[in-house]
Amino acid sequence: MFAAEAAETAVPWLYENVWLIPALPATSFLLILFFGKRLPFKGAEIGITSVVAAFVLAVLTTFTWVGDVEGGNTAYGTVKVADEKHSDEEHGDDHSHSEDEDHGSSEEEHDDEEHDDEGALLVDGDGGDAQPIAFTAGSLAAVEEGDYEPRGAAVVTEVNWFESGLNVFRIGTLVDGQSVMMLFVVTFISMLVHIYSTDYVNGDRRYTHYFAFLSLFTASMLFMVLSSNTLQLIVGWELVGVCSFGLIGHWWEEKPNSDAALKAFLTNRVGDIGLLVGMSILFFGAGQTFDIVEINTKALNGEISGTVTTWAAVCLMAAVMSKSGQFILHTWLPDAMAGPTPVSALIHAATMVVAGVYMIGRLYGVFWEGFSIFGGTLNLMAFIGGLTTVGGGLLAFVQRDIKKVLAYSTVSQLGYMVLALGVGAYTAAMFHLFTHAFFKACLFLGAGSVSHACHHSFDMKADMGGLRKHMPITFWTFIIGSAALAGVPPLAGFWSKDEILIGAGVWPGTGGNGTYLIPFIFGMLTAAMTAAYMTRTVWLTFFGEYRGHDHPHESGRRITVPLIILATMAVFVGFLNVPKSFVSTIGLPEDWGLLFEEWVEPAGQTYFPFDGFTHAKPSLSLAIVATLLATGAGFLVLRYYQALYRKDPMASEYSDGLRARNGLAAAGYRVLENKYYLDHLYTGIIAGATKGPLARAAYWFNQNVLDGIVNVAGFISVRAGRFIYYFIDQGVVDGTVNASGRTASGSGQFLRRIQTGQVRQYATLMFGAAALLAAVFIFAV
Amino acid sequence: MYLNQFLIFAAILFCIGVYGVLVRKNGVLVLMSIELILNSVNINLVAFGAFNGDIAGQVFALFVIAVAAAEVGVGLAIVLLIYRNRRSIDVAEANLLKG
Repeated sequence: MFAAEAAETAVPWLYENVWLIPALPATSFLLILFFGKRLPFKGAEIGITSVVAAFVLAVLTTFTWVGDVEGGNTAYGTVKVADEKHSDEEHGDDHSHSEDEDHGSSEEEHDDEEHDDEGALLVDGDGGDAQPIAFTAGSLAAVEEGDYEPRGAAVVTEVNWFESGLNVFRIGTLVDGQSVMMLFVVTFISMLVHIYSTDYVNGDRRYTHYFAFLSLFTASMLFMVLSSNTLQLIVGWELVGVCSFGLIGHWWEEKPNSDAALKAFLTNRVGDIGLLVGMSILFFGAGQTFDIVEINTKALNGEISGTVTTWAAVCLMAAVMSKSGQFILHTWLPDAMAGPTPVSALIHAATMVVAGVYMIGRLYGVFWEGFSIFGGTLNLMAFIGGLTTVGGGLLAFVQRDIKKVLAYSTVSQLGYMVLALGVGAYTAAMFHLFTHAFFKACLFLGAGSVSHACHHSFDMKADMGGLRKHMPITFWTFIIGSAALAGVPPLAGFWSKDEILIGAGVWPGTGGNGTYLIPFIFGMLTAAMTAAYMTRTVWLTFFGEYRGHDHPHESGRRITVPLIILATMAVFVGFLNVPKSFVSTIGLPEDWGLLFEEWVEPAGQTYFPFDGFTHAKPSLSLAIVATLLATGAGFLVLRYYQALYRKDPMASEYSDGLRARNGLAAAGYRVLENKYYLDHLYTGIIAGATKGPLARAAYWFNQNVLDGIVNVAGFISVRAGRFIYYFIDQGVVDGTVNASGRTASGSGQFLRRIQTGQVRQYATLMFGAAALLAAVFIFAV
Repeated sequence: MYLNQFLIFAAILFCIGVYGVLVRKNGVLVLMSIELILNSVNINLVAFGAFNGDIAGQVFALFVIAVAAAEVGVGLAIVLLIYRNRRSIDVAEANLLKG
């Protein structure tokens, strides 16, 4: 009955064909790989065209989605649509992109191949076995409890991928606020990074290869973002991991780079085990299904038992820790700065590392139940997020490398997002993900621009300083990015960070899902620290006197234009989700507030937490306190460096600072400088302690067990060989062979006499035989 | 006319043919003797055909004549080649296949 309903409400064409968005860069990857080197721009033009086309589609999808949500069009509820085939000519017409004609590449191939069982799927998905799935409008009962209209229901489009036994594995797309938001972010940042890269890696020895990987990365990320089931999510997750490996190790000729790539990959493997185990638990827990919507619905309905969701959530948390750089598996992220800077911007700031955060959001029902986020007690997620946000922030203070400061800042901000999800502030986390992508990409690209000017050095203390005069555009965009990151009102970071802080529900009057004191303290601390270390970075890079050699120069237009665009976004995207009370205070219609929440949050849907899910209320006093804290911290650091400048314009640190005078400070600095000794723990202690005994055990096993087995086997085979040689081979086999030879030779000797060569004799024999035969016929029969 | 007369005539012809094949040394004569054998068979076929009142016997005889023509062609070619190689067509001397 539901099939009919889905057919009546025409689902927008873009929702069903949103797979085109990852298909474009995927095609571009193959095209660049095969033809890139022969093209005038070495493949960059394919990459840029495809990503621009994908961006246009993503923007159209975003507008469609926003229009739907604004228009209150939730009529299709959470629908399952079998993929209806649209012929090729339908999509090359609208956006003047030409190279997507053979879009049947990589993962999208399945869509093309499987169109013949669509009819079956429709019936299958909506009628028969899928009956426990609550895909009907009745599922919106929760709305009456909350104060909001149901909105933002997911549109799932699937085709059968393959079948194994009774399980049907599907592949498809899930369009909802969260995925549409990510589509926009990924394609937008990727587009700017592509343009930026044409200048930044210009003349690189693997220029074409680089662009191919950028395309593949974009495709993988989009594929992951759109996954409609957990299996597909895992595939996308691993694909971005592979691309990350390839791009971090882009300059693999230098050992540290390939080491960093390996480290990133291996550290991610640790978490991936958690991912696989967690997803398997969910698969069986939810009654053998990979469907994300169904899993969430069942987790929230209580159809999956609490223990199962808890264990699944813990396992998945390990995956988040590795992919999204959470303490204690964050160590790969700063090392990943070995890759080209645009890659750092794209992968390690804006998109890939948020995959973990995205995954939590995607399976929020599971985490919500698994960690009892509604309960208001400190849970694993909020704790890890809090730890990461502070730990990463502290580490950012001691870095000399500008990219590493940003990397640790990324770790810290990702911690913020996880913390927000841990305290139940889903929208705040997604909003922070959204705003962070813009200003962090801006900062990374700015750092790249700086290093471009300073002869490819990233060392702030040795090779930078005073760049403000030489690179005005980079300077101003960097300042805007830093201010947004530090949470200076009214830039983007301020609004999203503020929402997370109120989401913790500690501040009087904020409400929220409980009182999370420790995460709140961590969040406040980080707000102050972020401002402080960004001030330090900005000062060391742009103020004071230039400490490098030669004359730095402003970068070219292909670098500065993306910076300007990103900085503009960093200023304005925050206004997408300002509190309604604020909007009405300054005299604008109240509808202009909390737009992001309205567009992204699938509130009132069964696959999204509804029982006990509340939004925290904005608090002006908290905003003021947090801002004062941040600006105060920034100001202190500024004073510190101003004093240093007056003392010695060329200095980048005090020679007789706190560290020289205070043993405790020095010890603390050493701990930070050694990154809490985590790398020592991993490589020295864990790996070292394991590999020695492991090697010895392997040797002993080799010498005693394996060699013993080999020796015994050898002895037995020698004996058996002898037996076979003397008795079977010499006696039986040779005897048979010789006997048959002798027989043949003897009979030959006898028979050769008949062979005289005389034709007439043969004729005689023949006629004689014929006569004999005739005689037999005549007389005997 | 009795059938027997034809059959006896054919048998005599057959025996002369067999004798020729077995005794003559001249290759051409051997071939000719084979022709005799074949023709004796033809006589039998035609005689039986006439006796039974149908045409099948004559058809078979025609086939045999056609095959015999081919056989004689091949046979004469062999004889010719033997003559070229050995300057003789004595079949008793051609015993290269002696075992």
